[in-house]
Amino acid sequence: MPSSDGPRLLEATGLRRAYGRRQVLRDIDLTVAAGEAVAVAGPNGAGKTTLLRVLAGLARPDRGEVRLEGQPLRRDSPEIRRAVGLVSHQTLLYDDLTLHENLTFAARLYGLPTPAAAARSALDEAGLGARADESPRRLSRGLAQRAAIARALLHRPRVLLLDEPFTALDAAASERLRDELRARREQGLGIVLVTHQLGEAWAVATRIAVIVEGRWACDETLAGSLEGFLPRYQELIGA
Amino acid sequence: MPEWLRLALVIAGKDVRAELRSRTAILSAVVFAALVLVVFNFARDPTALAAVDLAPSVLWVTFALAAMLALNRAFTVEKENAALDGLLLAPVPREALFAGKLLANLAFVGTVEAVTLPLFVLFFNVDLGTALPGIIGVTALATVGFVTVGTIFSAMAVRTRFAELMLPVLLLPFMVPPLIGAVQVTARLLAGRPLSEMMGWLRLLALYDLVFVILCSLVFTAVVDE
Amino acid sequence: MTASEGAESLVRRGTVITAAALLGVAGVYVLAWGYTPIEARQGVAQKIFYLHVPSAWSALLAFSLVGIVSALYLWLNDPRLDRFAAASAEVGLAFSAVMLTTGPIWAKPIWGTWWTWDARLTLTLFLFFLFIGYLALRAALQDPGERARFSAVIGILGLLLVPFIHLSVYLFRTLHPQPVVLKPSRPSLPPEMLRTLLISGAVFLLLYIGLVTIRYGLALAEEAGEHGDAA
Repeated sequence: MPSSDGPRLLEATGLRRAYGRRQVLRDIDLTVAAGEAVAVAGPNGAGKTTLLRVLAGLARPDRGEVRLEGQPLRRDSPEIRRAVGLVSHQTLLYDDLTLHENLTFAARLYGLPTPAAAARSALDEAGLGARADESPRRLSRGLAQRAAIARALLHRPRVLLLDEPFTALDAAASERLRDELRARREQGLGIVLVTHQLGEAWAVATRIAVIVEGRWACDETLAGSLEGFLPRYQELIGA
Repeated sequence: MPEWLRLALVIAGKDVRAELRSRTAILSAVVFAALVLVVFNFARDPTALAAVDLAPSVLWVTFALAAMLALNRAFTVEKENAALDGLLLAPVPREALFAGKLLANLAFVGTVEAVTLPLFVLFFNVDLGTALPGIIGVTALATVGFVTVGTIFSAMAVRTRFAELMLPVLLLPFMVPPLIGAVQVTARLLAGRPLSEMMGWLRLLALYDLVFVILCSLVFTAVVDE
Repeated sequence: MTASEGAESLVRRGTVITAAALLGVAGVYVLAWGYTPIEARQGVAQKIFYLHVPSAWSALLAFSLVGIVSALYLWLNDPRLDRFAAASAEVGLAFSAVMLTTGPIWAKPIWGTWWTWDARLTLTLFLFFLFIGYLALRAALQDPGERARFSAVIGILGLLLVPFIHLSVYLFRTLHPQPVVLKPSRPSLPPEMLRTLLISGAVFLLLYIGLVTIRYGLALAEEAGEHGDAA
């Protein structure tokens, strides 16, 4: 149930995924339209990270399908992957390369025409231009996060997936992240934000979806305040 | 240039650049190889066997052991940074990813071999003479064979707890045909035998390379994709 | 039938087949002692050949099936195929261990050495190591999906290694004439020997089927037991 009228960027239908005997996702449907930000919340172990990996194409669902801009995401059609970017717990950056080399590498992987220049401008945009020749291991968590986001957005994906991006960020960094995500959303990016702390996502999201034991407990447009939603949330996750 | 090749070179280039910065794997492998040569020298009775009879076996056992050290590196670095996801997210066909890792590993192992060979000549007083081009050729042929299988096995071993132990256990049976072939050809080269005597072994090496490069590229996706 | 009932019935059937096969092995013993002639050069010790050779065949069969079933698993993704491959690998390990112990016991009185690098022993030794690698990898992986996929890769690669081992040994021997070693599996065997050998081969095949059925059933029971009877 998209909250905007923008084009449908991501459509997942009937996703099922088990790890061994544990059924992690049970018949999950999700649609994300341009300009939407869906906050996916739920207790630990509910399937949030698995869902994100399936949406990113890193894990294959046992059943069901993911479509990006109408095209099915399949192993034998790697080009579709361009439409998605992922910011996960790890930065996906190599410690032995500088920030600039890291982003240039990513740009080359995506076949961008002027990789080094694209990397440079992405770093400048993220306010990391001055540190472009440093190793990622020298960066604070907040700055490393910024670099990871710059990397994820380098190839101009239509959908950005984030796995608990606010973890371990200080107040200033969180604020900056929220502003950036809001701005991108307004530019038409579709966002799926996994979080187990609702507060951090509330300022960014247009929709809230709660997953409990692999199923949606709710999926609706954001309305009202966080305080108003919290009691209902506690109830949904069975606290 | 076909896209998969471009991607493979990009990935290989990244690995080589990162390794040149940290130099951990190559240095350990080279030091290890030198030590193995020293041990071999003291472990034999110089009056019992001429150095030239033992030479091919010593050289190749050293190459094989050092290669196994170097091989672990390519995927350990991805695991450390969980960066493999970054490679899998991108529109990179898995065959290209395998080719990239293979090329990087060939560069590492090749470098170790290039440093070990002169040490070997030095310690064992072997006269390579006209055999050198042939030795380089057979080294390339055999190395492709075991590095190909070693690359895919190191991708698997890195997901287990005892990666450094698992890789040799899995890989050693696969190293035997290239190793036998390499030793046989090296021995004949050093003895100045004609090419016709080595053709059977060279064909074996070439066929092994062909079969396993193709097969490993095809099954690589089963290792990296969930 | 629930999963654990199915498992039990498999184990029962497997046990019956194995018992029959073991009786068959006893029968082969009798045949070997009484029915077959004593081989001129090697004497009575040669008779272990009727157990030794079919063990090797069974180990090779077990391994080939691991490889083929692994390829099928990667294509079809059916966990039953993975379970079968694992069962076959364990049984194959047992057969190759038997072969590797009876081999030297036979070799010593006949050839004077415990070990020779002849084609069959060498190949079985490699199969032994490949089985060990396969099972070691399985033991080191927890996630069933990952375990199945990785095992399948080793299975397939290992199967393709076998012809190369064979080729290497062949090249090695033609270029390095070994001291003359009598390979008993020459085509012109007296009929009693050939018949006994074939009967033994059939018996060992039956033994393989029985043991794999038991092992498969046990694996099924283990999985069903871990998670109740919900299939």
